[in-house]
Amino acid sequence: MVGAGDGGVATEAPSAIDVHELARRFGDLDAVRGVSFEVRAGETFGFLGPNGAGKSTTISMLCTLLAPTSGRALVAGFDVAAQRAEVRKRIGLVFQDTTLDDYLTATENLRFHAELYGVPRAQAAERLRAVLEMVGLWGRRDSLVRTFSGGMKRRLEIARGLLHSPRVLFLDEPTVGLDPQTRAHIWSYINDLRRRESITMFLTTHYMDEAEHCDRIAIIDEGRIVVIDTPEALKASVGRDRVQLQTADPRAAIEALERHFGLEATMSEGAVTVYVASGEQFVPRLFAELDVAISAVSIARPTLDDVFMNYTGRTIRDAEASSSERMAGSMWMRAARRR
Amino acid sequence: MTDQRQSVPVGTPAAPGQVRPERPRAAPAAVRVAGGRWRDDLRAVEVVWKRELIRFSRNRLRIVTSLVQPVLFLFVLGTGLSSLVAKGLPAGSGVSFRTFMFPGVVAMTVLFTAIFSSVSIVWDREFGFLREMLVAPVRRGALVAGKCAGGATVATIQALIMLVLCGLVDVPYSPTLLLTLAGEMLLAAVTVTALGTALASRMAQVESFQVVMQFVVLPLFFLSGALFPVHGLPTWLSVLTRLDPLAYIVDPMRRAVFAHVHTTPAVARTFGATLSWGSFHLPVGLELGVTAAFGALMLALAVWAFARTE
Repeated sequence: MVGAGDGGVATEAPSAIDVHELARRFGDLDAVRGVSFEVRAGETFGFLGPNGAGKSTTISMLCTLLAPTSGRALVAGFDVAAQRAEVRKRIGLVFQDTTLDDYLTATENLRFHAELYGVPRAQAAERLRAVLEMVGLWGRRDSLVRTFSGGMKRRLEIARGLLHSPRVLFLDEPTVGLDPQTRAHIWSYINDLRRRESITMFLTTHYMDEAEHCDRIAIIDEGRIVVIDTPEALKASVGRDRVQLQTADPRAAIEALERHFGLEATMSEGAVTVYVASGEQFVPRLFAELDVAISAVSIARPTLDDVFMNYTGRTIRDAEASSSERMAGSMWMRAARRR
Repeated sequence: MTDQRQSVPVGTPAAPGQVRPERPRAAPAAVRVAGGRWRDDLRAVEVVWKRELIRFSRNRLRIVTSLVQPVLFLFVLGTGLSSLVAKGLPAGSGVSFRTFMFPGVVAMTVLFTAIFSSVSIVWDREFGFLREMLVAPVRRGALVAGKCAGGATVATIQALIMLVLCGLVDVPYSPTLLLTLAGEMLLAAVTVTALGTALASRMAQVESFQVVMQFVVLPLFFLSGALFPVHGLPTWLSVLTRLDPLAYIVDPMRRAVFAHVHTTPAVARTFGATLSWGSFHLPVGLELGVTAAFGALMLALAVWAFARTE
């Protein structure tokens, strides 16, 4: 939902982010090799990829922190290279590393931000309360940030990123370094935020489960976008669910599956395993038609791990290992050249 | 270009399972980030300055510990050296060696506090807060100005505390003297903070602070004439002291003090003597001008260096 805004000329809801052939090179390393994509207003868009794939480089360029080597990117309608101040006014940032002042209170950190971003003073107090309440930190507003846990700091940063009502909120690895429980917590705040602010969010992650929260995902590997789609469509593109049966007579079951359904079943991990297009539609038929007693059934959906594997031919962990070598080599060369 | 903002406020969190009522459209409209560029920059200067003051006021221990060093210099070193320089300062001359050292030690307080305040940028970088400032839609110059104003205010306050000690070193609590010293302290504080900010913008790690202390701050201090008169020195040392920008602010402060104490002409000649280039004795106005010019240069350098920081 886009508000009436300034009462200016209404235009077709422009895309929140519009990127064309954006590239960045560091010496010999092509960190980002020409990516193009579009993020619609109100959408939550995720960049999924291993460390070193170019996620942070891309987000830095979109946030005007890093000049692109080539290509073009518009954020909230403004060019990230030519109109940096305009872009900066309209974006909120939550970085991987904390950027709070530990020796100030939560309120003081937010006030600082409100002043730097020119939030009208008349509205600042109300806005400050709203964002602090949203992340559940209103009760701790006058505590020094140094007394906060990692999760609380991240929540405060999210609140701060929203304080000046940005059109696009950038979250660079929003839950990295947090324990699983805190990660889940942060995500419940982010999801809540999507519902109530209808803000555009751009986030990067290398956690598969986090990418599931996005409306659409771009899978990025070695500086290139491999595929862009919804998590569901990506998983569907892998094709098939894995159905595993426990039965007293596996051989009969395999034979029956072949005869009745024309499926090629195998034994894997001690269970009869078949691949089908839709697990939940297959299982009722299985019960109705299979004449072998079944003691247990499990359906496994394709995960984004399978998706990543499907599109890049390797797992995200293998990709991380090889890209860190690539980065380390290049860093070393750069360091050597500087001397 | 049309700026279509999402004017959707953050509502209060709804209880789980509860149906959230439709948001009222009127209530706190999303803030409008706009306004004159200058006004935005001024707000940035002000808030960066305020942050320095908040951090300073919250660190009482630092305020107290910052007083230890000048007090040691003044009363331990000053008293210890008094016996050596007794010949030049006979009893009944109305002043002691501590009187001579006092303006130097006040300048030292300004120097150390201002450098420490401005170099805190390196800590800001280390702990990430610098990034919050650098990505804001304000000019870098505004950030530098705020940082310098903050550091200068803190250093001036710290040095003002030192003025309490006037009575213990035979310096009268004369309002004109105190005002003159305060003004000169402020000028010194702005200049040194600008220098510190220029240095800090180039420093990537906290460890570099030690390098700055050893190679910049201590030489500046020792060559400034804070601890000894800068006339009648060997040529090499004489030249070095004249190259020290701090010498041009220590001298006016000392002249102000000696103008307010009653002493013998001989003592005034030796200890209250003014800075000279060869046979040319610099007027106070020129000395302050040199300090201000150096400060302006450093400020420009700091703004320039900061503009290319990422």
